[in-house]
Amino acid sequence: MAAATATLPGRNQTINARIQQKDSRVMNTHFKRFLTASLTAAALVGSMAACGTGGGNSKDGANGELTLWTHNAGNPDELASIQSVVDAYNQSQSKVKVKVQAFPQDSYNDSVVAAASANKLPCIVDIDGPNVPNWAWSKYLTPLKLSADLSQNLPSTLGKWNGQTYSFGYYDVALAMLARASDLKAAGIRVATVDKPWTKDEFESALAALKRLGKWDNPLDLGTSGTGEWLPYAYSPFLQSFGGDLINRKDFQSADGALNGDKAVEWANWFHGLIAKGYAAQKSGKDSTADFLNNKSAIVYTGSWAADKARTALGDDLVVMPSVDLGNGPKIGGGSWQWGVTTGCKNPDAAMDYLSFSLKPENIAKVAKATGTIPATDAAAALVPGYEPTGKNRVFLDFSKKSAVLRPETPAYPFIATEFGKAAQDIISGADPKQVLDKAVKNIDSNIKSNNGYKS
Amino acid sequence: MNSSSAPAALPATTPAVPSKPSAQKPRQLRKYHRREQRAGWAMLGPALLLLLLFVFVPAMLAFGLAFTNARLISPNPPTFAGLDNFVRLFADEGFYRSLLNVAYFAVIVVPLQAGVALIMALLVNAKVRGVNFFRTVYFLPVVTSMVVVSLLWLFIYRQDGLLNEIITKLTFGAVHGPDWLNNTATAMPAIILMSVWQGAGFHMIIWLSGLQTISAELYEAADIDGVGRWQRFRYITWPGLSSTRSLILITITIQALSLFTQINVMTQGGPLDSTTTIVYQAVRAGFKQQETSYASAISLVFFALVLIISGVQRYLTREKS
Repeated sequence: MAAATATLPGRNQTINARIQQKDSRVMNTHFKRFLTASLTAAALVGSMAACGTGGGNSKDGANGELTLWTHNAGNPDELASIQSVVDAYNQSQSKVKVKVQAFPQDSYNDSVVAAASANKLPCIVDIDGPNVPNWAWSKYLTPLKLSADLSQNLPSTLGKWNGQTYSFGYYDVALAMLARASDLKAAGIRVATVDKPWTKDEFESALAALKRLGKWDNPLDLGTSGTGEWLPYAYSPFLQSFGGDLINRKDFQSADGALNGDKAVEWANWFHGLIAKGYAAQKSGKDSTADFLNNKSAIVYTGSWAADKARTALGDDLVVMPSVDLGNGPKIGGGSWQWGVTTGCKNPDAAMDYLSFSLKPENIAKVAKATGTIPATDAAAALVPGYEPTGKNRVFLDFSKKSAVLRPETPAYPFIATEFGKAAQDIISGADPKQVLDKAVKNIDSNIKSNNGYKS
Repeated sequence: MNSSSAPAALPATTPAVPSKPSAQKPRQLRKYHRREQRAGWAMLGPALLLLLLFVFVPAMLAFGLAFTNARLISPNPPTFAGLDNFVRLFADEGFYRSLLNVAYFAVIVVPLQAGVALIMALLVNAKVRGVNFFRTVYFLPVVTSMVVVSLLWLFIYRQDGLLNEIITKLTFGAVHGPDWLNNTATAMPAIILMSVWQGAGFHMIIWLSGLQTISAELYEAADIDGVGRWQRFRYITWPGLSSTRSLILITITIQALSLFTQINVMTQGGPLDSTTTIVYQAVRAGFKQQETSYASAISLVFFALVLIISGVQRYLTREKS
C-alpha cells in the first residue's frame, strides 16, 4: 500500500498526505475507544474467572438425573462394563437415573478442571488414585458416605486424605517382572516368588548371567521410554525399597532427606548402573510387552495388564515374578482409577446410593474382567477367572496385598510426580544423582511452601 | 524458457488507491466517507469481536495472572504476589537452558529453512512438465500434522531406525549412527533437521508467490542484455523478493522461537535438558505442575522476547526510501 501511494505523481500526493493525516487522527480516537472496550472486556472476564473456583454450585442431580463422568471412552470394554453397572442400577430403582458420559483419557482431567471452574461438575466422577488428595483439597470431591462396607477393599483401592475416604476403586493393578522359565533355566537363575523375591545382589547376578547368554543387547526392559505418570508409578517403588521416599510422609511438608538422602542417592546410583552396565536400555521400545514377546528382552518390568497377552503367547513358559527386594522388601505402586462424588452434586444421597450399589461383588467382577485388572475385593476375585485362589493371576493380588505402597497422599502429589519423573529421566541419562535429587527437593519444598503447606 | 505472455507475471505496481473525486463537494465526500467507514467497521466487527475474546482477552488475563499466585486447581482464590514469579523465573537455570536451546534452534533453523525453501521454490518455479507434482510433494509434510511427523521421525531416529540403517549400509558397516534423540549432542540437531524438513514446504509456497510477482519483462530485458544465471538471480530475483524476504524471516523466527510440539512428542525436553524450550517449560509448569501463575510469567517474558526480536528484525529489514 505505502509503496503504491508513493508512486502517484504531483498534486495527488499532497491530497493523499492530507487524507492520511485525517485518517490517522480517526484511527487514534478509534484506537483509544478500542483499547478502552477491550480493557473493560478483560476486566469483566477476569472478575468472572475469579468467582469460578471450586465446584460449589453445579446443577447436576437436581431433577432426578445424575451424570457420571468416566475417562474410558478409548477403552470400549471398560466403558461397556461401567454402562452395564449403571443400567443395572437404573433398573433396580425408579427414583433416579444415572447417565454415563465418557471422555478420552488424555483430555479427561482437563475436562474436569474446566467443568469445575465453570461450576458444571457432574455428580459422579472417576479419578486417578494419586490425584484424589489434590481434588479433595480443591473441594471438587466430598467425603464418601456409603451404605456398603469398604473394609473388604484392597487398601490401595481407597482414596483417603486428611483422615477421610473420598474415593474407592473396583480394581488395582500391580507391577511385576515377566520372564521365560526357559531363559532363567538356561542362565541358571532361580524363579523369584512372593515369599522369596530376588535380593539386590541376586538381581544383579541374574542380569549379568542373562547378559552373558548373549541373546539380548539389554536383558532387562524397564519401560524407560515411558513418560508422565509411568515414571513415578514404576520407579518410585524402587526408591522406597531402598528406604527413600518421594516426601516425608509424617507431615507431607518437605521432601528433604527422603528424596535426596543417602538411601535416595544409593537408589539413583543403582538405577543408573542398570543402564550403564547395559542391563537395560536408556530408552526402551514403545511397546515393552511386544518387545518381550519378540524376544528382544529377557525380563520385562511391567504391570499386571500385560500378563494375559504374555500368557496367551508363551503359555506355561511364562513366569510372573515379584519386584526386587532392594533392602526393605519389594515395593510396587498402588492405586488406579477410582470413583468419587463431587461437592456440587444436588443429590449426593442418590450418588452415594449408586456407588454403594456398584460395590456388589458381581459389579466389581464385571469391571475387573473387562479391564484385565485385579478385583478390589476377595469376594469379587472369586468371580473373575484367573483370580480365584488357585488362579494364574492370583499372584498379582498377593503382590498388591503384600507390597503396594500408595503414592503420597498429599495435594502436592501432581507436582511431586512431575519433579520425580524428570529426576528419574535425568538419572537414566546419566546426570549427577545428588545434584538432580537436590534440585527436585528444592522445587517440591518451594511448591509446598507457596501453597501454604496444602493445608485444608 | 521465458515466454513473454506469462499471465501470472503481472506487474506488481497496479495502483491500489482509487482516484479521488475533486474537492468541490466536500460535504458529500464526507458523508460518503462516513458511510464507507461504518460499513467497514460492521464488516470488521465479528472478526474483531472473536479476536478480542479469544486472543486479546486471554493474553491480557495471562499477563495479569503472572503477578498472582494462581493455580490450575486450588480451593483458594488467587492473591497478588508481586514479582515473585519473575524472581523465581530468573533464578531458574532451566529457564536459561531453554533460552539457549531456543536460540540455538532459531539461529540454525531460520537461515536453513529459508534457504532450503528458496532453493525449492526456484526449482519448482521452472516451467517444465510435471512441476505441479513436485510442488505437491514438497508441500506434503506441511499438511501433515506435526504430531504425526514427530512420531514418524521418532522411529526414523531410533538406534535401530531407518536413518542409522542407511548410514550403516552406505558406509558398508563402518559407521553405526548414535541413538539420535537420547544423546545430548545429537538430540537438538536431529530435531532441527526434522523441523526444517517439515516446515520448508510452507515457506517454499511463500517464496513462490514472491517469485511470481517479479515482472517477466525484467527477465526478458536481462536476456536481451545477455546476463548470466547468477547475475539474473543477484540483480533481479533477489531484490524483487525483498518484501517476501522480511515476511519469511519474521514468520520463521517466531515459529522457531515457539518450538514445542516436536519437543513434547519426541524428547520431553531431555536428555538432560538438551532440548527443553521456553514454550515447553510454560506448558509443563501450567498444566502438568498446575502452576498457572508461573506459566503466565514465562509466557509474558516470552511475549516480550518475541516482540523485541521481531521489532529488531522489522527495523533491520525496513524499506529504506
